[in-house]
Amino acid sequence: MPKLPLPFEWMIALRYLREGRLQTALILAGVTGGVAVIVFLTHLIWQLQDAIIDRTLGSQAHVVIRPPEEFAQRSLPADATAAIVQPRAQRLRSVDQWEAVARLASETPGVVAVSPVVSGAGFAIRGTASRAIALVGVEAERYRRIVRMDEYMVRGRFETSGTNGVIGVELAKDLGVTLGDRIRIVTPENRDELITIVGLFDIGNRDLNRRWVFVTLRLGQSLLDLAGGVSNIDLSVSEIFGAERVAERLQRQTGLRVESWMTTNAQMLSALRNQSVSNGLIRGFVIAIVAVGIASVLVVSVVQKQREIGILRAMGASPGRIMAVFLVQGGLYGLLGSLLGVALSVGLLEFFSRVYRNADGSALFEIELDPSIMFGACAIAILVGLLSAALPARRAAKMDPVQAIRM
Amino acid sequence: MNAPIVELSCVRKSYGIGTPVVTEVLHGIDLRIDAGELVALVGPSGSGKSTLLNLIGLLERPTSGEIAIGGRPVSSLDEAQITALRGRTIGFVFQFHHLLPEFTALENVMMPAIIDRGMPDAEAARTAAGLLGRVGLAGAERKRPGQLSGGMQQRVAIARALSLSPPLILADEPTGNLDTRTADEVFELLLEFNRTTQAACLIVTHDMRLAARCRRRIEIVDGRLVS
Repeated sequence: MPKLPLPFEWMIALRYLREGRLQTALILAGVTGGVAVIVFLTHLIWQLQDAIIDRTLGSQAHVVIRPPEEFAQRSLPADATAAIVQPRAQRLRSVDQWEAVARLASETPGVVAVSPVVSGAGFAIRGTASRAIALVGVEAERYRRIVRMDEYMVRGRFETSGTNGVIGVELAKDLGVTLGDRIRIVTPENRDELITIVGLFDIGNRDLNRRWVFVTLRLGQSLLDLAGGVSNIDLSVSEIFGAERVAERLQRQTGLRVESWMTTNAQMLSALRNQSVSNGLIRGFVIAIVAVGIASVLVVSVVQKQREIGILRAMGASPGRIMAVFLVQGGLYGLLGSLLGVALSVGLLEFFSRVYRNADGSALFEIELDPSIMFGACAIAILVGLLSAALPARRAAKMDPVQAIRM
Repeated sequence: MNAPIVELSCVRKSYGIGTPVVTEVLHGIDLRIDAGELVALVGPSGSGKSTLLNLIGLLERPTSGEIAIGGRPVSSLDEAQITALRGRTIGFVFQFHHLLPEFTALENVMMPAIIDRGMPDAEAARTAAGLLGRVGLAGAERKRPGQLSGGMQQRVAIARALSLSPPLILADEPTGNLDTRTADEVFELLLEFNRTTQAACLIVTHDMRLAARCRRRIEIVDGRLVS
């Protein structure tokens, strides 16, 4: 007798599972494998996608507001005369009334940080070495909340004030400079300034490490001849996949050129989306196969237990309770299989995280499973178990006890 | 005079209704069994014995006519009410014992109570152990049907039929596949329970020797009661 009195349906279902050892073991193995594949794949893809997006967003703003592009326009009607219209060269211009735009942006729901930026081309010169650079004038305090510069600092601090500047490790190597050294910055506007290096960063991207030179907003403005202006306004949003919505809204409101990272990285995003679709497809097939497996095992079980079902009916068990016995079995296959499957996938992750590593030797992915994957897998497995049991359970319930007993 | 536990009036049963070949198996049966009565039902195979037993056992419904169990006309009841009535009023003993092989002897005997009350309880276990003792199987509580002999299995089946102290026990050839000595013992057990529990007992049997030991004998031939 069981120590805890289980309801009739559970008692019968559990006993059938326990006594049908081989059947139970086989179908549990199937469900376990299926759940493990789904959990493992989903976890891996989520992690890798998160890492890719994280890396992509590590060095760019979620949303960037720029002045509208300049177009060459015909001064005469198109049919009046033949003309060659050349596209205009885009000069460095300020965002019109950027303070008002920045205020509007910061009041937009979903926006968590706003940073005015002035950026343009220039050269960094020291002695006989000169390198082409991208000069970026920012207010360090605000820019920090757009790009997590503090995390990238190798030496010194991300701090711009006066004529202090922050450069990347590659540029420092190229110019042979380090903290405290001075380099001369020259711009096409024929302005130049000596800046003192107070910080070295490593963003993880060699090109950016070689090109970015951060100075104060004011110094940037004067070097790029954009007094009081900014070339763009960078925004951070709370929900990264909501960036496009924020960008569209601001574009409508301001008429400026507003681009989200989702537009800038459209190709990468569509690649990620395709990956998700193929993952979904695999999941769908695995679920279908597991469901068919559970259903076929239970169909066989119903036939095997025909006589017993008849006896239980003769002893007063209603068709509904007979149905419940088989539904419980299906649900239990799902529950037990998903628990084992989650355990197995944790093992797989542990194993693969040791075998496969990043170029720098760090782990390719985290082992800790997202609880939502675990609970999701369990919930889906139980649901699939119940649904696949529905057909056999109905068959069992509809069985005529007289026929069943005679078998 | 006892109250009737089973009353059949003009009960007919046909199979194959809706097909070209309709076979009427029972042609208007009138039968009354009183509470506590011991009745043997005999007849050649194919005479309709099992069909009659299934109708009385509420496993099948008659094509026409009325069946009343314990004074309740059955035709007015729905499936759920019939299932509940069957569970509480009728105990079955089948020819091939039909125990549940996954469960122990004790659990098998408890099963009607478990079904009736939704889950096993201490009282059901006590009653079941007592019944196993009375059929001479004290100590075999934890044995599975597969570990018991044919006679022992049939004793478990009898104990199971008595589990809820039903007023009516239906036994379909309860000794059909037992050797003579064991058959006698099992039969004796049924008679004894009939005497001590006041449960009416309807026993289908081929064995005229055993049938002769019942106070009342009814015979069915070609779907009609004779005698």
